[in-house]
Amino acid sequence: MLTDGAILEMRGICKFFPGVRALENVDFTLREGEIHALMGENGAGKSTLIKVLTGVYPKDGGDVWLADTPVHIKSPQDAQNKGIATVYQEITLCPNLTVAENMYIGRTKSPFTNWGSINRRAEKLLDELGIPVSATEQLGNCSIAIQQMVAIARAVDMDCKVLILDEPTSSLDEQEVQKLFNLMRDLKAKGVGIIFVTHFLEQVYEVCDRITVLRDGKLVGEYIIEDLPRVQLVSKMLGKDFDDMAEIKSGSESENIDFNGTPVYQAINLTGTTGIKPFDFEIHKGEVNGFTGLLGSGRSESVRAIFGADRVTGGQVYIDGVPVRIRKPLDAMKHGISYLPEDRKLDGIVGDLSVRDNIILALQVMKGFFKPFSKAQAEKFADEYIELLNIKTASQDTPIKSLSGGNQQKVILARWLLANPQYLILDEPTRGIDVGTKVEIQKLVLKLAAEGKSVTFISSEIDEMIRTCSRLIVMRDGKVVGELKGEDLNQNKIMATIAGGES
Amino acid sequence: MTTNVSALKSQPSAKEVLGKIVRNQLFIPLVALFLLIAFNLITDPGFFKVSLEPNSAGNLVLSGNLITMIDYASELVILAIGMTLVTSASGGQDISVGATIAIAGSTVLRIVKTQSPDISGAKFAGIIIVSFLLCVVVSALFGAFNGALVAFFKIQPMVATLILFTAGRSIAAWINNNDNISINDKRFGYFGNFIPGIAIPTPVFITVICLIVIAIVLKVTNLRLYSQAVGINASSSRLNGINPKVIKLLTFIILGVCVAVCGFIKVSRTSSITYSVIANNIEMDAILAVALGGNNLGGGKFNLTASVLGAYVIQFLTTTLYKFKEIDSSSISAYKAVVVIILIIISAPIVRRKIDDMKNRREAAKAEAEALKAEAEALKAAAAEAESIEAASAEAGKETI
Repeated sequence: MLTDGAILEMRGICKFFPGVRALENVDFTLREGEIHALMGENGAGKSTLIKVLTGVYPKDGGDVWLADTPVHIKSPQDAQNKGIATVYQEITLCPNLTVAENMYIGRTKSPFTNWGSINRRAEKLLDELGIPVSATEQLGNCSIAIQQMVAIARAVDMDCKVLILDEPTSSLDEQEVQKLFNLMRDLKAKGVGIIFVTHFLEQVYEVCDRITVLRDGKLVGEYIIEDLPRVQLVSKMLGKDFDDMAEIKSGSESENIDFNGTPVYQAINLTGTTGIKPFDFEIHKGEVNGFTGLLGSGRSESVRAIFGADRVTGGQVYIDGVPVRIRKPLDAMKHGISYLPEDRKLDGIVGDLSVRDNIILALQVMKGFFKPFSKAQAEKFADEYIELLNIKTASQDTPIKSLSGGNQQKVILARWLLANPQYLILDEPTRGIDVGTKVEIQKLVLKLAAEGKSVTFISSEIDEMIRTCSRLIVMRDGKVVGELKGEDLNQNKIMATIAGGES
Repeated sequence: MTTNVSALKSQPSAKEVLGKIVRNQLFIPLVALFLLIAFNLITDPGFFKVSLEPNSAGNLVLSGNLITMIDYASELVILAIGMTLVTSASGGQDISVGATIAIAGSTVLRIVKTQSPDISGAKFAGIIIVSFLLCVVVSALFGAFNGALVAFFKIQPMVATLILFTAGRSIAAWINNNDNISINDKRFGYFGNFIPGIAIPTPVFITVICLIVIAIVLKVTNLRLYSQAVGINASSSRLNGINPKVIKLLTFIILGVCVAVCGFIKVSRTSSITYSVIANNIEMDAILAVALGGNNLGGGKFNLTASVLGAYVIQFLTTTLYKFKEIDSSSISAYKAVVVIILIIISAPIVRRKIDDMKNRREAAKAEAEALKAEAEALKAAAAEAESIEAASAEAGKETI
């Protein structure tokens, strides 16, 4: 029943986490001597699939075959012994050891090691693979690309049949990427099957033979690269199903906005240190706009630069036409900007603090260190917003971390609404929360806009963006590549712009 | 069935109230304190006898084990305040406080030693104030040094403070050219002992003042909210406009001020200083006090009252152990360690959670059993009712026949 030439076959893989179906009936086939891209947005199940394959997670269902034998992979060590090697995005080698030591560490059984012969073996292999480094060089002195390649060389020397590269190119520059691709092609010629996880579309089309797309833990399909133009790939990754039921937006709203007036917020040539190109941006009173693009396209980095969340190195910002400096979050807050961060857990909630403290936090900080709210006042604020946003919590004193994801998000939203901003930035406010809350949040955004506030809304779900935004800024690889509004705000046009190039 | 259970749970029973008390952070230090007192009372009913007796200076003062313990705990209590704040904001501990107490004390002596014992009261008061203020400034600067290493250079607090832990006592000796100083002015000893005419040791007053000051600071500023927020999630705090670096620095400076007060009390107690011995190992006791108070040494939420109680527990424990003639004074630390390890383990969050879990499970099981019983009874009642109806209808049938 195996596919011809398959060296790895996964069938009906299931993996459940409490409350989440991370993988549902996913099939994946890797053939000898092919480079196979595994694609999908965040939460699609790519990394879960990789972790099941490498024995980090035990699977809850399905079968795995290596060559012709059904196998059960118990641990990462076991995966390695069976010829499945993984190179992660972050280097997992030891920078203070030499290249050769890194290649052979933990693999010799004998207590005595002949480093001379090992160095010679390493040198020979590095030569064969065309990796320009000496075996006795300390790894920490090599570039990231070389370190990646050494990690790959280690895998190759262990006779791997399946090589998993998990976003290996995200910290490499153009030249280094080419070197890595050459190495990948060499290995492919030697018959190694490579699973390539990345979110750079161009790279996929440059080096891969086949693509498997996952979405929401389910298999969307497996395609030969020639049969899947970029636009279609993007649409498969994002999911195309329109739900026309919730066409909340009415066309008249955007007509109320005075696009010729002074923008509430305007940035010219805003430059940050997070790898995005300088960009211009403006938003008007009552406008809802959005940044869109694939993961890693720089959409979050852009709004972080607006809020001063990361270091801003240049550009001029105007609030209501007045030039201001926004260098840190507090500056932005004092100018009436609020920012709901993308990563709720890491940047949003203060886990052990109560719901009440989490709600008042931003306003309290704006009020000042020496002016704490009285307990009664804080309780009043908390009550008001718990009711307004219908937050489900046992009490105000409950630590926020024990709330569900959707309710945590509402608390953070309450925090920023309480701060009464003129301009509200919402970065993925609907990620990982239930559908009901998603709709609530979108309605709230439109209500705020109707009240004259400006909102920038970011979501991975394009239909949410179409529903709420009147203008979309499209980003790719850290650059603004387009701006869509009115007639152009439709799924096809957006995906074409995201994909770029000839589609 | 589920409504039944929740209804049962919504009424606060005596058991639940008890559970709440047990879960309170103050519970363990309070119980430890209570046990120590009870133990002492049983082994020696006269242990806590407090009497009014003349001391060596001829003043009538309160004396007795209880007074001694409260008096000697003063430095530890004051340090525990600062250590709790540092722990909360930085998620680490300052191990240099013993050495910086030596610096603070040495600074005080450097000023006071220049004065002859027969200056007027007003002038003496001036000298004391100047020396104290200078000592506060110096200690705060050293605190700021530690804080800067932690906040700006992101060095782990224990490693950062290792520098002054190592160098502090040498700096203290250097301030006074390594002289053995002894202040002859009796008035200098008032702050570590007794003020004539007042029967309560002065350090107790100073401790109370410190506690009041920090209570006011926590009331009129956002120090609690900010340091907790920074300790729990620095990244999120930053995005809410808090500057985590400044808050971490601030907590270290506050600890510096606490150190200054301790240094001042310490040198006043003996009117002299031994650079290598003064406040030896106090840093470990201060950290212990924070831990005994059930505070997470990894930072975040804190309970200052619990830390203060923890400090008293440690002092009570030390004094209690000293009481045993059989215990060699050099092995006291070992005994102390045994008690401390027990306390730390039962107050560890993971253990408490386990205990809670066990209790919850037991309660859930009981609630379920009760619910089942109620159901069974309801079924029985229904059966009985059905029977009676049947009987009635049978009767009725009989009647119609």
